[in-house]
Amino acid sequence: MEWLQQLFNGISLGSIYALIALGYTMVYGIIKLINFAHGEVFMIGSFTGFYAIAFWGLGFFPALILSMAVCAVFGVLIERIAYKRLRSSTRIAALITAIGVSLLIQYVVIYIRGAQPEAYPNVLPNRSFDIFGVQISSQSLLILLVSVVLMIILQFIVHRTKIGKAMRAVSFDPDAAKLMGINVNNTISATFAIGSALAGAAGVIFGVYYTKIEPLMGIIPGLKAFIAAVLGGIGIIPGAVIGGFVLGIVETVVSALGLSLWRDAAAFIILILILIFRPSGIFGKNSKEKV
Amino acid sequence: MLKKVNTFWFSIVLAFVFYGIIQLLISTAMLNPFYTNTLIFICINIILAVSLHLVIGITGQFSIGHAGFLALGAYISAIMTMKLGMPFSVALIAGGIVAALAGLVVGVPSLRLRGDYLAIATLGFAEIIRIIFLNIDYVGGAAGMQVTHATTWTTSFLCLILTIVVIANFTNSRHGRACISIRENEIAADAMGINTTYYKVAAFVIGSFFAGIAGGLYAHNFYIIQPVNFGFLKSFDILIFVVLGGLGSLSGAVVSAILLTIVSTFLQGLPETRMIIYSLVLVMVMLYRPQGLMGTREITDYFGKWGRVKGGNQYGG
Repeated sequence: MEWLQQLFNGISLGSIYALIALGYTMVYGIIKLINFAHGEVFMIGSFTGFYAIAFWGLGFFPALILSMAVCAVFGVLIERIAYKRLRSSTRIAALITAIGVSLLIQYVVIYIRGAQPEAYPNVLPNRSFDIFGVQISSQSLLILLVSVVLMIILQFIVHRTKIGKAMRAVSFDPDAAKLMGINVNNTISATFAIGSALAGAAGVIFGVYYTKIEPLMGIIPGLKAFIAAVLGGIGIIPGAVIGGFVLGIVETVVSALGLSLWRDAAAFIILILILIFRPSGIFGKNSKEKV
Repeated sequence: MLKKVNTFWFSIVLAFVFYGIIQLLISTAMLNPFYTNTLIFICINIILAVSLHLVIGITGQFSIGHAGFLALGAYISAIMTMKLGMPFSVALIAGGIVAALAGLVVGVPSLRLRGDYLAIATLGFAEIIRIIFLNIDYVGGAAGMQVTHATTWTTSFLCLILTIVVIANFTNSRHGRACISIRENEIAADAMGINTTYYKVAAFVIGSFFAGIAGGLYAHNFYIIQPVNFGFLKSFDILIFVVLGGLGSLSGAVVSAILLTIVSTFLQGLPETRMIIYSLVLVMVMLYRPQGLMGTREITDYFGKWGRVKGGNQYGG
């Protein structure tokens, strides 16, 4: 039963990674940019949720929605200010800008409010259920539920709405999409908004689940979510979800084996193995390079 | 040809005259320990910047894990002097060689990757190296390792000159031109019969070797080394030297390493401000001058008749 317990913990952790990974994968799919600042959007979402709950006394769901809204606006701002004019520049320039934006956000937040951590208020009732000998807290169940609902909404947006169709078209071929009358700029902004909103939700969920947040909290989950996105095949939405869950489970298993100090290394080893043996990820298709 | 050789020796003599003046100032105590330390630190940073310049600027392989090799050199050389009682010079070379071997191990699989993927893989390797040191009790784990102070102005300057001479000459050789062709267009270089994998790995190994040397100097300058010092931010510090100076410009990397080290020494008390300035500079440079301050030009281009280190001059110089 110990293992079932770990599996459940892994899925809870994995749902957070999956939510962040979705943003990475959507942005990468549409403009081929690794948005390093995505981890910082996650951090901003977590802090928005914290201030909403601790100072304005909002409940969990209003805080979640507020934080998603703030993050969506924030993500679009980052895209419009920093990334938009980089579309035609080299990949290295875009990547360096993304790293720069990420550090800028981190240290502006530290400059404004200091680097001290903050304890997340307890907003959700916490009871434990005993199912097949597995201790499941109502909190982690709710968190899992929220993540799954958000993923289903995303799936609906991408496959059933007009903007989702536009997003898929732009990621397939931006020039052809433009010729078909799709407003490419707005579609890219919408992608950033949706991805960032998911990261914001992940931030609030992370805060409630781990109860401690700080301005540099986005780096490691951000990198790991990126690994999850690569694992599932970057640019592929279901891949990001599966990758997130796999990574979450592997990490909990490594911790359960008593190797918790090696937990971060495990994620990077997975990354390197996947990059060497199957760079296109679990669900990715191999594409030949053309001149 | 003779003229070229003469310019080379002229620069070397000039460098040693500069070295002699500084050494005289230090031994007559005209320069206090703070300034001496800053000078040593500048030397270390230039070595790091130039070694990364070979990987990113010349060969065009985007590595953001340079701090991993720095850490490796630092720890190996510290183990050599502190645990095994070896002399400092041996420790430096050992640090460099181990870092170069690690560069080989990391480079062979990851250099099959391109662009973004390569960047992430190198970042991953650097993190793994750091986590390994964090978990080895022999080197003190998270608490770090005490190291004696052994780095002097003489050793750091000698290492600096060695690094610049080797990398400048490499760049000007046929191997260097092969590397530049990989940067400009890998597929075309491949089609012209250049063994791209070989040259990418070679550049990576040489870069790692000098990063390891810099690590040895770094470890023996700070009394203590901790895994925390070699995280992602350290890699970023090195990256910004290269990017700000201009991707492909050796003198640009040197100049920006000097400038930024001085700036960060003055901002030591205000780490957040320093990081805000650094990241703003990085974003601004990328948005408005993506080729960096110097582009691929060298300082010597502005003087015309001096010897040139050609980093592939795309402006026709």
